Amino acid sequence: MVDTDSLARLALFGDLTAPQLEALAHAFAEERHSRNDRVLRQGLSGNGFYVILAGEAAVRIEGQERARLGAGEFFGEISIFTDEAVGADVVVTSEDLRCAVLPGLELKQLLIRYPHIAVRMLEAGARRLRNANRWSA
Amino acid sequence: MVGVDEQSFPPGTYDVVVVGSGPGGLQTNYYLRRYGVRHAVLSADRAPGGMFQRWPIYQRLLSWSKLDAPVPTETRDYEWYDHNSLIAEDPGHRGLVPACMSREFVVPSRAEMEAGLATFAERTALSIRYGCRWESTRREGDVLVLGTSDGEYRCRAAVFAVGVTEPWKSAIPGIEHVPHYGEAQDPRAYRGQDVLVIGKRNSGFELADGLLPWARRIILVSPSPVHSAVLAHTTVRARYLQPLEDHALGGGTFAVDAAIERIGLAQDGRFFVRAIGTTLPGTFEVSADAVIAATGFRAALGDLSALDVATVENERLPALTPYWESATSPGIFFAGNASQGAPGLRKNGVSSSSAAVQGFRYNARVLARHLAERHFGARSERPILAPDEVVSTLAGDLARRPELWAQKGYLARAVTLNGGLRCQDEGIVPLEHFVDQPGPDAAAVTVETDREGRIFPCVYLRRRGSLREVALDPHPLNAFDGKSYRGELRRLLDL
Repeated sequence: MVDTDSLARLALFGDLTAPQLEALAHAFAEERHSRNDRVLRQGLSGNGFYVILAGEAAVRIEGQERARLGAGEFFGEISIFTDEAVGADVVVTSEDLRCAVLPGLELKQLLIRYPHIAVRMLEAGARRLRNANRWSA
Repeated sequence: MVGVDEQSFPPGTYDVVVVGSGPGGLQTNYYLRRYGVRHAVLSADRAPGGMFQRWPIYQRLLSWSKLDAPVPTETRDYEWYDHNSLIAEDPGHRGLVPACMSREFVVPSRAEMEAGLATFAERTALSIRYGCRWESTRREGDVLVLGTSDGEYRCRAAVFAVGVTEPWKSAIPGIEHVPHYGEAQDPRAYRGQDVLVIGKRNSGFELADGLLPWARRIILVSPSPVHSAVLAHTTVRARYLQPLEDHALGGGTFAVDAAIERIGLAQDGRFFVRAIGTTLPGTFEVSADAVIAATGFRAALGDLSALDVATVENERLPALTPYWESATSPGIFFAGNASQGAPGLRKNGVSSSSAAVQGFRYNARVLARHLAERHFGARSERPILAPDEVVSTLAGDLARRPELWAQKGYLARAVTLNGGLRCQDEGIVPLEHFVDQPGPDAAAVTVETDREGRIFPCVYLRRRGSLREVALDPHPLNAFDGKSYRGELRRLLDL
């Protein structure tokens, strides 16, 4: 269970009503990690969907940093949608990282129930893709 | 009357201080003694048993202890059939909860559980300082100082086995008028009443089941739906069955998915509750003769937040490392129910089973060894295994080892490989620690559950610093020590 206020602050959940946020707060669990802890591990399967509530983490592939994620950003969805092992490590770079985590198998159902979250995720995904294309061009 | 200094563990300096005499405290005490760690055990209670001196209020426990099993009660394999007893190295100290049970039910009553724990403390001659209340905590350099009703205790590491026993209520306007689950009256007091229960988890359904023969109408309310398909596979299903059946048949019990907006108390003593639907939209108002908050409990953390012990789950549990140390405050460890603050990797959504005796009794042994080795320089035996022994050990553990089956996906059996020449048995370790720890080539095995609820063995290989996970096939009889599994292990481990 996560506190409702922490979720209400994030753009990802910005379109939800108060009771919807409360239902969401019950569906997510809360995790805390310290600097250099791994939250996701490259090569492992069956992970959850993570939303950062506070703190910062790096996305690393074979030890090389590819992106930085901060409060309101999310990770873990790609391996859930593709049903493959995680493709990157996510490592804590701040003193403390606080996340909300949802079991992977519940993500699709959540997005069907709250399509507004799916739209927000698509928008964030489009921005990530655009940035990746700029870098590779 | 025994004087303060004549009892066991007078105030003073110890390597480790354990607080609590419930199942988590007793099990930690037992294994710290076994590993030779100089420690004190303090308890505010007058007798062992912890929460089982008070709860559950209406019903028996949910976890079973089967009196007749395919294996004798004094064997380790019997732990499979007995989810309530503490574990012991001496065969005469095993299976003590079922020894205190009548044969009417397969799950113990609260009193039977309490008797089983007291028998364990007595037979294993555990020393505990009763009537000594932990009151404050501070640091002096590397030393932790615990202030108690009997004086100060100084130690390098403290283990808090104080349970998840403080009533916790969600922040709903008007909740202050509502008694908590722990304050609920005898079911007969609700005869002919409309009762609204806030919460649709274990304690909410325990109340509903207990009230079914007495209350006129029962409404259970919380935002999330009951996942009945998931429940069907868990030990708590019995408690949910009748109220949910009554809900499905329209018999006067309702399980409603809604967020409560406010609770009001009228002058005639009736409650008014206004709620907003979550699964189905819409606002509704109900009145009730009684409202009970079955909203759960929080760990009894005392003043530990002043020592930067961070929490999760709405400040209900300490945030813990895989070895159950506070993620933010070194030297402060947790045992028993609060050890669920370390969920593990949560693969396929499955967290550790540390909220039940069946799971946390194994944590205590792993924690005691960890404390002995990491903090006090002890080194427990790590036998060298021949290649054939590695395969038979790992396969045998996958098929039968109670730790792996009770703590699926959390506890693993690990072996250092050293090119197959001098493989070393690392014993039972938290899987998360194994996968995140740099080290020599090694393998660990776990028993896990997939998304469809099937049980399968999983092998983790660490070679030249990189990690590989190999899921093996499920088996209709879970015979993971069969020829094909041994062959697969031999191939994967290069033995």
